[in-house]
Amino acid sequence: MTKIGILDYGVGNLYSLKVALEKLDVQPITTSSLASTNEYDELILPGVGNFSRVTRSLGQTRDFLVNWVKDSNPLLGVCLGMQLFFERSEEGPGDGLALFSGKVRKLPSIMKIPHIGWNLLRTRRQSRLLEGLGNDSWVYFVHSFYPEPSDKQIVVAETNYGVDFASVITSETKSIYGTQFHPEKSGIAGERILKNFVAMCRN
Amino acid sequence: MTLAKRIIPCLDVKDGRVVKGIHFVRLKDAGNPVELASRYRDEGADELVFLDITASPEKRTIIKNIVRSVARELDIPFTVGGGIRSADDAREILSNGADKVAINTKAIENPSLVTEIADRFGQQCCVIAIDAKRVTTGDSQSARYGKQFEIYSYGARKATGIDAIEWAKQVEGLGAGELLVTSIDRDGTQSGYDIELTRMMCDSVNIPVIASGGCGKLEHFADVFRATNADAALAASVFHYEEYSIPNVKSYLKEKGILVRI
Repeated sequence: MTKIGILDYGVGNLYSLKVALEKLDVQPITTSSLASTNEYDELILPGVGNFSRVTRSLGQTRDFLVNWVKDSNPLLGVCLGMQLFFERSEEGPGDGLALFSGKVRKLPSIMKIPHIGWNLLRTRRQSRLLEGLGNDSWVYFVHSFYPEPSDKQIVVAETNYGVDFASVITSETKSIYGTQFHPEKSGIAGERILKNFVAMCRN
Repeated sequence: MTLAKRIIPCLDVKDGRVVKGIHFVRLKDAGNPVELASRYRDEGADELVFLDITASPEKRTIIKNIVRSVARELDIPFTVGGGIRSADDAREILSNGADKVAINTKAIENPSLVTEIADRFGQQCCVIAIDAKRVTTGDSQSARYGKQFEIYSYGARKATGIDAIEWAKQVEGLGAGELLVTSIDRDGTQSGYDIELTRMMCDSVNIPVIASGGCGKLEHFADVFRATNADAALAASVFHYEEYSIPNVKSYLKEKGILVRI
């Protein structure tokens, strides 16, 4: 059975993500410290928390993640988990993992913040992560910040909320995937995305 | 902007059963929470709200178990309210599968709880439920001080003397991520949302507002989205008693040019 590690930063609800993965017949393993790469087939950085607090608390996990990616092991970041892929955030001080260059910005203040609810993915290019989804899929967002990658090639889908922002990023060569929305809360579309991610390690 | 208006069924749960009353009283049975939750998920609900109104001492264990069973069925956002008295209570609800907690009475009695929950678990999971009642001219003090709507605590039983609009602004400042605004006058009457209350709330804050109380007809959903800037409309009895299904509501709204997730 595929083993998926979920990094627990000590806040928020990991229950829904675990249940969603169990329904796909994989074994989710929640852990607050990552030690051996042999324990997991894939890793997920989940969505809840504060950029500064999480980057401060990463400790040795930071090196673990950098090495994990260096070996091209599959990594999925959800919401804040995806924002951690970048260098820094307007949410507060702290160094991200810098797996991609670019920063995380605050949504425009003319909009209601947080951006909460179902919004559309506008696909910009093909990716295995979105296989089987239509061009306009509804997914569930809850966030106040969004990533602004320097390399636009990694942007797979965008969403509009006062600004067109990168809502799905992937680097197939590095096996890094990120969604600004919550697939575990996004009904059938979200389930398909998680299933696609799970399939990445099976071939 | 392509953010969809949300349609949210609400389960008021007492002693493990879904109930529905009028003006917060005269409760009658409306079914099993897990079965209703699954039905609403299949019908395309955008979110589910669960308000526990059990009064028994075993309350906490009862809620915990039902929240877990309901959460297991859901792949949409799930908000739980009712009797959350501390950040630790909130943590327990969140760790059993809720995505957001709704607080009402305890936020009024101890506003710093709002900040504590927002700081610990994030602003996005801190929903403030506001039960508001129109102040009539006969109503003494409140009317004299120019209040239009007053908030109530303890399930609409206790008047607080606090102005609803001022309270909304205050909790936004304290860290609320969303407001669930229920009109006590309209609750269970099926006579339509209180448009004026909803509009005033939306105009006073810059966080999402869920309109609640009074929905009885398809037009009521369209009215509240047309006349106010509400992000979501919550309803209970119209769905529980199958007067309308969620697909009915959504295709009606789509026909009226309102963006919904279909």
